[in-house]
Amino acid sequence: MSIITKLALAASLATALSSAALAQDISGKVVGFSQIGSESGWRAAETSVTRQEAEARGVDLKFADAQQKQENQIKAIRGFIAQGVDAILVAPVVATGWDEVLTEAKEAEIPVVLLDRGVDAPEDLYLTSVASDQVEEGRVAGQWLVDTVGAEDCKVVELQGTVGSTPAINRKQGFEEAIAGHDNITIARSQTGDFTRSKGKEVMEGFIKAENGGADICAVYAHNDDMAVGAIQAIKDAGLKPGTDILVVSIDAVPDIFTAIAAGEANATVELTPNMAGPAFDVLAAYWADGTEPEKFIITESKLYTSADDPAGEYERRKDLGY
Amino acid sequence: MMRRILGQLANPQLLALAGVLLINWLLFPNFFRITWQDGRLFGSLIDVLNRGAPVAILAIGMVGVIATKGVDLSVGAVMAMAGAVAATLVVAGYPAPIAVAAALTVGLLCGLWNGFLVAVLDIQPIVATLVLMVAGRGIAQLITQGFIVTFNDPVLIFIGTGSFLGLPMAAVIAIVLLVIVTLLVRKTALGLFIEAVGVNRAAASLAGIRSRMLLLYVYGLSGLCAAIAGIIVAGDIRGADANNAGLWLELDAILAVVIGGTSLLGGRFSVPLAVVGAIIIQAMNTGILVSGFPPEFNLIVKAGLIFLVLIIQSPLAGRLFPARLRPVQEARK
Repeated sequence: MSIITKLALAASLATALSSAALAQDISGKVVGFSQIGSESGWRAAETSVTRQEAEARGVDLKFADAQQKQENQIKAIRGFIAQGVDAILVAPVVATGWDEVLTEAKEAEIPVVLLDRGVDAPEDLYLTSVASDQVEEGRVAGQWLVDTVGAEDCKVVELQGTVGSTPAINRKQGFEEAIAGHDNITIARSQTGDFTRSKGKEVMEGFIKAENGGADICAVYAHNDDMAVGAIQAIKDAGLKPGTDILVVSIDAVPDIFTAIAAGEANATVELTPNMAGPAFDVLAAYWADGTEPEKFIITESKLYTSADDPAGEYERRKDLGY
Repeated sequence: MMRRILGQLANPQLLALAGVLLINWLLFPNFFRITWQDGRLFGSLIDVLNRGAPVAILAIGMVGVIATKGVDLSVGAVMAMAGAVAATLVVAGYPAPIAVAAALTVGLLCGLWNGFLVAVLDIQPIVATLVLMVAGRGIAQLITQGFIVTFNDPVLIFIGTGSFLGLPMAAVIAIVLLVIVTLLVRKTALGLFIEAVGVNRAAASLAGIRSRMLLLYVYGLSGLCAAIAGIIVAGDIRGADANNAGLWLELDAILAVVIGGTSLLGGRFSVPLAVVGAIIIQAMNTGILVSGFPPEFNLIVKAGLIFLVLIIQSPLAGRLFPARLRPVQEARK
């Protein structure tokens, strides 16, 4: 199945889900949300999108910021149980140590939905988990490159995330899976840019020197948008045109990359959606309506954005989310 | 005369730098190729100068602090604060000179605060500056409210990425600072006072040196240098990244000073050699980037090379050198 049909299917599925949710009115329900904290721009955006999604559905959202501590999350969940909320959303800070508090929630018959990360606990203790598929993100980025360069030879340089981090490992794996079998595309160099702009720029400068002043590089694949923004500056400093001389593809879809795409300096980004709460509210609506048990793992869509997807508009939509 | 210059050139730091550059050249034959492009020099060696400049500037401030038997752990956080202040002000519409002046003032005040804790309250430097290391980054995050504050101000961008006489602006700033600070400590008695306080503060005070003022000066200079580095780093990426700007760079700065032959126990110090230390560190970083090693090896390769450099300048190795080639502290004893 090609990526396009997959995306189309996912999109129609999403439409079906959201229209189902509109049919079932969940306004007036009280939902507790235990958020990890606000350590990154994406996390802040997730919090604002969750509030928006709750407001759009008329849900009364009780928000608790755990400031990166599991004990705070456990306290918050116990608080929600004591208040008798209708459901609880948790973005768990770590994977272990949840059995006890999840059991308490189950005994109180409050459904729990995990957002963004999983936990090591028996599956019957929570309703479902909503998360992105990081390998798929890499795959979508790789597939975009495969479709774009066609049969031409293409030397790719890769800016990895922090060495050993899960997103770096998964996004690398997905990209390699997508380009496997296309011998015209090779990863010539791969180094870590630590997910930061300045390291992304520094590493790209090195790559350009090492690859014949950048003339040999056909594309740069960055594990996140921030490194891509740094790389774009390095490409410009070397007297080349990012987006034309060197293709730029990255992951996350933060506002600044849309500015670059709109200016023609970046080509594509794969969205790590901050909207984990929307699908969570949808399954809760179905569960409350007729007891529908959702699947245990709901994977959010890894949507590809290019210059054809109104980058200026996407920037406007995202700039106030807290990225 | 010729012999003296040759003798100075043969010190362990410059030998180590030559060694690292040689390894880079072996791994990547085009390492020394420099071309002229868009009105500036372009090449790996220029990258080393440009990328090494922030740590070199930190090291220029740090070396004075370490010579007084202190240490300044807060410089990375001060960088983040200075960058955040400059970026937020230009985004709010203030002219660049005011933003730069405000950022430098913040750096100076941070340095003086450290100096106050060390000199007046007699808190141990590692603890005193740890306070600002932790709090400073938090303050920077408060200033930027967790965003990367992106700006388009031409002056700030010029400080970070511009060039002067073909050299990157960051390197030019580092060279100017190096010359000023070296003249300041070596052409006046200031350097001698710093060494005296580092060797024995009580004795120095009894000898008539106003050690409190002196400590305030050196910590203030360190804060000021950190602010300059912070403005450069922000200008370089056209944005203030409070979470990552200057992260762990205090350790690189301390390492640069130590590679430069200054003892953590205070006393004799050399500003130019600390800068050479910073360039050695950056030459290694750039070498790893162009060599094509998998990133998993970065830290091991770096640690191995640093280990070698430190062995070359250990007292044991020093005895193997002829007297005139020994490291600074050995030869002058």
